[in-house]
Amino acid sequence: MRAQLLTGLALTALALFAVPAVLADGTLAMLAPAAALGLPAVGVSVLTGRAGLPTLGQGAPFAVGAYATALLARAGLTTGPAQLVAAALAGALFALATGPVVVRARGATALMITLALGELVATAAGRWTSVTGGTDGLAGIPPVQLWWGGSPLTDDTALYRYLVVVTALALGVTVLVLGSPLGLLLAGSRDHEERMRAAGHRVGGHLLAAYIGAGALAGLGGALLVTEQSYVSPADVGFGTSSLVLLAAVLGGIGSPLGALAGTVLVVVVRDQLAAHWPGHGPLLLGALFVAAVYLLPDGITSIRLRRP
Amino acid sequence: MGLIDANLVPAVDGVAFGLLLFVAAAGLTLAFGTGDVLNLAHGTLYTVGGYSAAALCDGTWRGLLLALVAGTAAAAVGGALLAALTAPLRRRGHLAQALLTFGLALIGGDLLSSAAGGGDLPVAFPAALNGSVLLAGHRFPVHRLALIAVAAALAGAGQLVLTRTRAGALVRATVDDPQMVSCLGTDPRRVHAGVLVAGGALAGLAGVLGAPVIGPGPGSADTVLLLSLVVVVLGGLGSVGGALVAAVAVGEVQTLGVVLAPGLAPYLLFAAMAGALVLRSRTPGRRA
Repeated sequence: MRAQLLTGLALTALALFAVPAVLADGTLAMLAPAAALGLPAVGVSVLTGRAGLPTLGQGAPFAVGAYATALLARAGLTTGPAQLVAAALAGALFALATGPVVVRARGATALMITLALGELVATAAGRWTSVTGGTDGLAGIPPVQLWWGGSPLTDDTALYRYLVVVTALALGVTVLVLGSPLGLLLAGSRDHEERMRAAGHRVGGHLLAAYIGAGALAGLGGALLVTEQSYVSPADVGFGTSSLVLLAAVLGGIGSPLGALAGTVLVVVVRDQLAAHWPGHGPLLLGALFVAAVYLLPDGITSIRLRRP
Repeated sequence: MGLIDANLVPAVDGVAFGLLLFVAAAGLTLAFGTGDVLNLAHGTLYTVGGYSAAALCDGTWRGLLLALVAGTAAAAVGGALLAALTAPLRRRGHLAQALLTFGLALIGGDLLSSAAGGGDLPVAFPAALNGSVLLAGHRFPVHRLALIAVAAALAGAGQLVLTRTRAGALVRATVDDPQMVSCLGTDPRRVHAGVLVAGGALAGLAGVLGAPVIGPGPGSADTVLLLSLVVVVLGGLGSVGGALVAAVAVGEVQTLGVVLAPGLAPYLLFAAMAGALVLRSRTPGRRA
C-alpha cells in the first residue's frame, strides 16, 4: 500500500513537471482526454476486477457528471472544486438510483443491464433538448477557475496540471478505499459470494457501495471532460465511450486502478497522437492495439515487469 | 379499426424491419448460446453485406444477385476468422472476447470505410423493388414486402435446419449441454465455429437485403449491434424462437412506435431490455 502510494506520488510529480518540460503545449492538450476517460476507466476496473461486476455503461454517470458540470458552469459556477464535488455527487446519485437494479446481476447480464442504462442516458442526452441542447450539445462553457475569485485556467499547461492533480487525488482515494476493509469485502464477494453471504456479509450492500464509488469517479471524469473541451454532446457519452472505458481498463490489467489509467493513456495516445501521422485511421490502430493486447498481454499492462519478482 | 387502418403501412414496415433484424441477430444469439461468445463484431459482419451491396448493386437483378452471393460469402469468411481468433480465448471469459471482437470491429469498420469512402453510401436496387404497390387501399413499398417474404423464408428454412437436421440437433444440444455433446463424440468447439460461420453468413445476407433500411455507413455497425443485442436479450440468450418474437417487437417499436409515440419510442427499447434482464436475474448467475 505504502509502495503503491509512493509510486503514485512519483508518477504524479513526473506527470506534473517532467512531461510538460518535454512535450509541446499542443501535445499536452491532446493528452487531456486521457484524464477525462481515465477516471471512469478506474471505476470500471474496480467494479469489474475487484467486485466482479463487469459494466458496459459507465458512459451514463460520466454523462450525468458532464452535463451537470456544463449546466453549472453556464449558470456561473466556474470554480473547479465546486464543479468537481457537484459532478461526483451527480454521478454517485445516478449510481444510487440505478444500483439496486445493477448489483443483483452478474456476468454477461450485468454487462447488458449497464449497456441498456448507458443507452437510455445517451438517448436522453440526445432528446431532452431543453436541458441538454439535444444533439447539438452544450457549447460556450466558460473556463474553470482553480479557486473562488481565481483567474480562469486558459493556457494548455495550467489546464493539463489541473487535470493531473484531480486525477491523482481521485486515484489516491480509490487506492486507499481498496486497501480498506471494504476493498477486502469486495474481493471476498467476487471470489466466494456464497461463503460471504453465509458469514453474514451484505454482499449487495458492498457491491452497491463499489458501484456508487465508480459512479462518482465517472462523474468526476465528466467534469474533467467539460473542463478540457468546453463543450459536451451526446457523441461524447454513448456506447463508444462506455466500451472504450471498459476496454482501457481491461488493457491496463483489470482490477488495477493505476493500470486502468495507463490503459486509457495508451488508448488516447494511439487513437489521437499516432493517428495524427496517418489521418482517419485512428480506429484501425486502436483495433490493432486491442487485438495485439488480447494475445500478448493477457493480464494487462501492469503485468509487465522490468525484473522478475 | 380506424387506428389499425391508418397505421397499417408503418406496422407492415415494422414486420419487415423486425424480420430483417431477426436474420441479422440469429447468428449472435446462437453464438452466445453455443460458445458463450459476446461478439461485439457482429454489426461489422452486417456492414460487410451492406458495403458489398453498395459496390455491386447497379440497379440490375444480376448485380443484386452478385451482391447477395459476395456479401454472404465475405461475411461467412469474417465469421470463420472470428471463430479462429476467439478459439484460443475460450478459457479467458467475456472480457478478453469483448476486447478482441471490439478490436476486430474497429479494424473491419476502418478497412471497409476506407475502401468504400466515408459517409452513408447509396445502394441501387433494381427499379422494380423501389416502387410501391396498392394493396387493400394502401401503398406499400415493394422492397419491404419482398423483404418480408425473403426473411420469412429464411427464418422458416433456419427453423427447419435447426429442428429437422442432424447439424441443427447438434447446435441445439450444444446450447443446452456442451459437456454431454462432447461425451457423445462431437467437439462443441467445432459446432460453435460452424455457428459463427453460418451466423456471419446470415448477418452478411441481411446486410445486403436490408441495405435500403439500414444502409452501409460509419454508424450502421453500432446500430445493428445494439439492436441485435436488444433482440438477443429480450428473446432470451440462445433462444431462436424468442429472438424472432423479440425482433418483430423491436421492429414495431422502431417504426409503429415512432409514429404513435414519438417522444417515448427511443427510450422503449433499452428500457424493455433492462426490464427483461432485471426480471430474469433474480438469482446470481455466471461471472464474466
